[in-house]
Amino acid sequence: MNPLEITDASLTLGGRILWSGLNLTVKPGEFVAVLGANGSGKTSLLRAILGQLPLDSGEIRVHGRPVARGDRSIGYIPQQRIMPAGTALRGRDLVGLGVDGHRWGPPWPSKAKRDRIDELVSAVGAEAYANLPVGVLSGGEQQRLRVGQALASDPSLLLCDEPLSSLDLHHQRGVAELIDRGLHERGTGVVFVTHDINPVLDMTDTVLYLANGRFTSGPPEEVLTSEVLSGLYGTPVEVIRSGSRVFVAGIPEFPLHEEAAL
Amino acid sequence: MTDFWASIFNFSDYGQLLALVSNSIIAGAVLGIVGGLIGVFVMQRDMAFAVHGISELSFAGAAAALLFGANVVAGSLVGSLVAATLIGVLGSRARDRNSIIGVLMPFGLGLGILFLALYPGRSGNRFGLLTGQILSVDIPQLGALIAISLVVLVVLLAIWRPLVFDSIDPDVATARGVPARTLSIVFMILLGLMVAVSVQIIGALLVLALLVTPAAAALRVSSSPVLVPVLAMLFGFVSAVGGILLAIGGSLPISPYVTTISFLIYLGCRLVGRINGRRLRRTAVPA
Repeated sequence: MNPLEITDASLTLGGRILWSGLNLTVKPGEFVAVLGANGSGKTSLLRAILGQLPLDSGEIRVHGRPVARGDRSIGYIPQQRIMPAGTALRGRDLVGLGVDGHRWGPPWPSKAKRDRIDELVSAVGAEAYANLPVGVLSGGEQQRLRVGQALASDPSLLLCDEPLSSLDLHHQRGVAELIDRGLHERGTGVVFVTHDINPVLDMTDTVLYLANGRFTSGPPEEVLTSEVLSGLYGTPVEVIRSGSRVFVAGIPEFPLHEEAAL
Repeated sequence: MTDFWASIFNFSDYGQLLALVSNSIIAGAVLGIVGGLIGVFVMQRDMAFAVHGISELSFAGAAAALLFGANVVAGSLVGSLVAATLIGVLGSRARDRNSIIGVLMPFGLGLGILFLALYPGRSGNRFGLLTGQILSVDIPQLGALIAISLVVLVVLLAIWRPLVFDSIDPDVATARGVPARTLSIVFMILLGLMVAVSVQIIGALLVLALLVTPAAAALRVSSSPVLVPVLAMLFGFVSAVGGILLAIGGSLPISPYVTTISFLIYLGCRLVGRINGRRLRRTAVPA
């Protein structure tokens, strides 16, 4: 069964059509990168899959079932955020929230839970700092733990909302590989929202590019061309390839600092 | 000089006094424990200012009850719950919240002062609401305070894990199906209840000493999600009960004792935290 099937889906937010007629299938083990300018509806797509935003039309099925809030077969990795120094949480507890954070009642310690957290912590290679307060962890360390947290329920679909932004290149690579490894080992489908494709370019099977209320999807080498993106934006856009990296220039209404890297 | 110290610490006839105030001590103990516990969430959700705002409206409610001859605990509960609900419904984002609290707080304090000025009764009652009056709360009311605290404790334990999740990582918690909005309203109501209880015991102006300081102190020395609440409850208990025990012999209100103990605990924890922090600072960990 496919982790994600989106059929003819449309979403309007604040009177603006974000996308319509959207079709996307994510197969087990498939890595889908979602690209597009700010405000093109990338995060809203994830929220729709999570059941937080109702579609105007069309259908989203997760693992064959209609979307539902709190679906345990979906893992979610957000952007890194600053954890204040006085947060009552150690690295391993951040992972633990993925194990039983949604359940009612106080957190009684149990061996089963401890073992499960140990397993996840070592799966993401975070043993060295799992017992430190999250407030002292670096962005990269925190994101590794979040990958562990998201894997806690053995999801068949992993949704990532710019998990690499604000990480340095070295950590971007490390966290991306961690996500990629999880997907091949477990057959998880990944929907990866990002404004920069380069850290995940070699693991991307499919690009979904959202722009102007329209979209286009396909393998990265087919979608990320001057021709296709110019057609999508309705204005000349230039795609430059340099070694294994891709740069897009000339996207309208695009903030300058994001123009260099797509 | 001896008079001065005698008015602060006086332990003559202590045994008899102790028997007289045993109910107050129990109420103080329960408040200290539950207050310390809810304080952990107050800190995690960045709501110290909200506590202060709620307590001023709670004060206004209590003052109104005093003026109109109604039950003071009930009055302060109504004030608290109105404030907590307003803050919870209107201020889901931190910035909105702070502006709403900033607007509500002086209004509540002003109303309270108006009601107190109009109140013809004993002046001791007046200041009691602002600075604490546990020793003058009668036994049925003490029972109500204890019962409210226990209800807060039970509900808090029931929503513990999702509340932690939502406090620390709201985006992921929502993605995981934690009902964030409902939890936040429930938490505000619990906070309102606890503030109303605290106003009776240490006074509207000093509520933070029991609902914020113990948890802030605990967070200085630990990051364990189990140890922090346990320490916060312990610190709250020591502050509240210690304050009452020291105060009953003298003629002063209990609040300065409670606030001083909780402040000293906080200072001690900062010191310990500093020492631990040095030890914890690591040589570079490869990530």
